[in-house]
Amino acid sequence: MANYSTNEFKSGLKVMLDNDPCSILENEFVKPGKGQAFNRVKLRNLKNGRVWERTFKSGESLEGADVVEVDMEFLYSDGEFWHFMKTDGSFEQLGAPESAVAEAKDWLKEQEVCQVVLWNDSPIAVAVPNFVELEVTETDPGLKGDTAQGGTKPATLITGATIKVPLFVNIGDVLRIDTRSGDYVSRAKG
Amino acid sequence: MPKASADTWQPAAHLQGLQRRAQVLRQIREFFYTRQVLEVQTAALASTSVTEPNIDSIAVADYGYLQTSPEYQMKRLLAAGAPSIYQLGPAFRHGEAGRLHNPEFTLLEWYRLGFDEVQLMAEVAELVDAVLGVGEFSYLTYAELLAVEPGSLDSDQEDLLLLQRLDELLEQGQRRVFITHYPASQAALAKLHAADSSVAARFELVVDGVELANGYHELTDAAELRQRFERDQALRHNKGKAAMAIDEQLLAAMEAGLPNCAGVALGVDRLVMQALGATSVQAGMAFPAGFV
Repeated sequence: MANYSTNEFKSGLKVMLDNDPCSILENEFVKPGKGQAFNRVKLRNLKNGRVWERTFKSGESLEGADVVEVDMEFLYSDGEFWHFMKTDGSFEQLGAPESAVAEAKDWLKEQEVCQVVLWNDSPIAVAVPNFVELEVTETDPGLKGDTAQGGTKPATLITGATIKVPLFVNIGDVLRIDTRSGDYVSRAKG
Repeated sequence: MPKASADTWQPAAHLQGLQRRAQVLRQIREFFYTRQVLEVQTAALASTSVTEPNIDSIAVADYGYLQTSPEYQMKRLLAAGAPSIYQLGPAFRHGEAGRLHNPEFTLLEWYRLGFDEVQLMAEVAELVDAVLGVGEFSYLTYAELLAVEPGSLDSDQEDLLLLQRLDELLEQGQRRVFITHYPASQAALAKLHAADSSVAARFELVVDGVELANGYHELTDAAELRQRFERDQALRHNKGKAAMAIDEQLLAAMEAGLPNCAGVALGVDRLVMQALGATSVQAGMAFPAGFV
């Protein structure tokens, strides 16, 4: 990959930092009038999502990172890898390790199309849509008529994740869930 | 510079920004007119430029360099017998682009015969009051500002700490601060203090955390200035930067005699930004980098 000098830094540029691929979020040029010039840079580590703040001397450079985001359909998990297929017509399949699906795996449903970050053609991060619809596989029986506000109870979803749901929810209900918070939004049907 | 695309033809500044800039330029000219300071124009393009280790000149093929400040030519005017003078015009610095920087910017520079840096700071404060409204100024020495053991940091660490301290001044509500008594290693073209040669008669004005002006009780000793230029050249060499020739015309003028004076350069784009209450100099510039 090419090297990028600080004067080429801009938001969205993918670079290597401490051996991890990162995306530049912000880049600010700072310099005392007669002093050394620096670039204060915020980067998101694409492997773990953490935001790093680093200061570089202007003129320093970072190696570019071979990172692309592609849409892929989730196929299945064998417990070790989560298998995805490209939706570009190539039907190419790639296995993502658990570290890549860490936050997404509670919400991954077969045939769901996700954004997968590929670094050197290997999945390193998977982003599920903000809202997904998942079936309830286990919960206490629903209380008829209790549709107003009130208590909540735990419910286990088809993916194995457990969330808090209103008392009226039944096994077999399909729920709409906000994956950013893990909150129940509504019943999707029934 | 990368080529700007045709669909970015519109200016960066709104009409209000252009109007405030025009007003600031008029206020500056009135300020010096009433004080009988002569406006001059020197060349923006010259065969030589500065040896400063951290300021890079833009080279122009077949001609030389766009000037990073009008300082040397203005001092040649003073050595030739000019009275107190000021200049309002463009200056250029390679690689300086950001919220508070543009490779081409407008500099106000003035020299006062017979002034020392204390008298000049008072005049800088009056100018800032005239443009931004009357405010309180405080004074800190460079050592007080940094608040670290002298020599405990390398120069890069010191520059980073300086930037952090400027942010802190703003957080503490110190909106207009003169930084004085710069260490001799950062004297630039200022005299060293007679009583304590470890510090220079250099000051900076920081307004809302932003360096706005840099001034000196001017060094008049040509031999000492040559030594400083040679030290700059060595620093540039060590940093792997392009070699810059010493401006022999300036040194010749100083040998002929630069009168006792104090001088200061003030970033007009930053002053306009502050007059607008904006957070970037581009708010008051018609066509900053990226727009041309």
